[in-house]
Amino acid sequence: MPSPAPPALVQKFLLQAGQVGRLFWATSRNLFRRPWEKAIFLQQLEEVGVRSLPVVSITAAFGGLVFALQAYVGFHRYVGVGSEVYGGPIISLGLVKELIPILVGLMVAGRVGSAMTAEIGTMRITEQIDALFSLGADPVRYLVVPRTLACFIMVPILTLYGDVIGIAFGYLYHILMGVNRFVYLRNTLLYLEFWDIISGLIKAAVFGIVIAIIGCWQGLETRGGAEGVGRATTRAVVIASIAILILNFFLSRALPATLGS
Amino acid sequence: MIRIEALHKSFGSKPVLKGVDLHIRSGETMAVIGQSGSGKSVMIKHIIGLLRPDRGRILVEGRDIARLSDSEMFRLRSQFGLLFQAAALFDSLTVAQNVAFGLRRYRKKSPDEVSRIVGDSLEKVGLRDVETLMPHELSGGMKKRVGLARAIAYDPDIILYDEPSTGIDPIRADAINDLIIQLQRDLKVTSVVITHDMTSACKVADRIAMLYNGPIVEVGTPEQIKTSNHPVVEQFIHGRAEGPIKEW
Repeated sequence: MPSPAPPALVQKFLLQAGQVGRLFWATSRNLFRRPWEKAIFLQQLEEVGVRSLPVVSITAAFGGLVFALQAYVGFHRYVGVGSEVYGGPIISLGLVKELIPILVGLMVAGRVGSAMTAEIGTMRITEQIDALFSLGADPVRYLVVPRTLACFIMVPILTLYGDVIGIAFGYLYHILMGVNRFVYLRNTLLYLEFWDIISGLIKAAVFGIVIAIIGCWQGLETRGGAEGVGRATTRAVVIASIAILILNFFLSRALPATLGS
Repeated sequence: MIRIEALHKSFGSKPVLKGVDLHIRSGETMAVIGQSGSGKSVMIKHIIGLLRPDRGRILVEGRDIARLSDSEMFRLRSQFGLLFQAAALFDSLTVAQNVAFGLRRYRKKSPDEVSRIVGDSLEKVGLRDVETLMPHELSGGMKKRVGLARAIAYDPDIILYDEPSTGIDPIRADAINDLIIQLQRDLKVTSVVITHDMTSACKVADRIAMLYNGPIVEVGTPEQIKTSNHPVVEQFIHGRAEGPIKEW
């Protein structure tokens, strides 16, 4: 089948952007409306947060290690022997502002966003979404709001946890390489600002909203049978991952590098 | 009670409903028959506001449902009970939670009231001791019954049945037919039964309407439909491959 001409692609993009925008707006409007789906919200907190801990731990640990490795090599080669002790602030800054929010975002998009699409998509093709409507329940309030709120809260918490793990493993690598632990730690604490951590968490909160909205949107738009659910799930992960990487650049540009003068 | 006027609906470039006109009287059971894919389910979803017409109107108790606000639509839906083709039970909830869905959440019923209504509704459809089961533990017929219990838990004025006898064996299908007649008698509701099963349609309906190729081509009592000279109706009720109905 020939691929659609560029104007059709642009039209499709605008249409889909409109659908996402409408879902985000409907979710925002329903955030404080009753009835609260407390049970689903708590269940989603566990699903997004607690059950993502193993994958975030491994990702953050190896992210921290590989970042530390390259920083160690860089200082050793270009600045000189003994300068590796200055790697702490650079590693920490890179981890908390960029690497950990992105890695956590991508991991949660793959693990949780895909599950959201699969679950809601299955509900769509088995008429459970229509059943919600027929029973007077709003699917946005019942399905999308608790998931979005859970991701908005849990992705920053996972990121903060990932920050600690990543920095700890970076520190561990340097200790194993014989770097002076006290100077390394002092440099890290001296140059890493509180704002660096906060700006990473702001990004993570935005990524959380993006993951949930895209996951739920793809689920609600699922058509066809099992194949349709599979396609929607793949699309949700790809779109959310690309959106995270693009948004990360713009958020890095928009958020000030430091709050100090 | 329900009046469908010149209803048109297309999906993409494929027209499904082309000028459907149908009047369903208060308290009657209307069966809508037609081939698979003729748009019967699409029609029923318009009645409850799950789909919006491209053209035409649906009036429920004289009110055009396309003109209702969200809150008015919510109130209107509470008058309907809908049995879905595959029951559409929420698979993460137990049978009792499925039947109770909305009663506590949207109707502000106390837990005791909800529990009583759930028990009564399940009893009406002939089910006992299934409250704690999950939907995947139920047979096809039981799922339909639970779906029906969920539809009547609201105490609706109108019950819409989407293919109630499809996918279950003839004995269970007949039990569902009996249930529809019994609910009709006990609850005095208006019912719309979508089906392609002529035996079921003739048994439960006061009147039968046939949907073919877009519009309703014939409406009448089961006796009138059985003796109809309309070639499409005649071919359909006798289940013949030869005739004006060619599509597969």
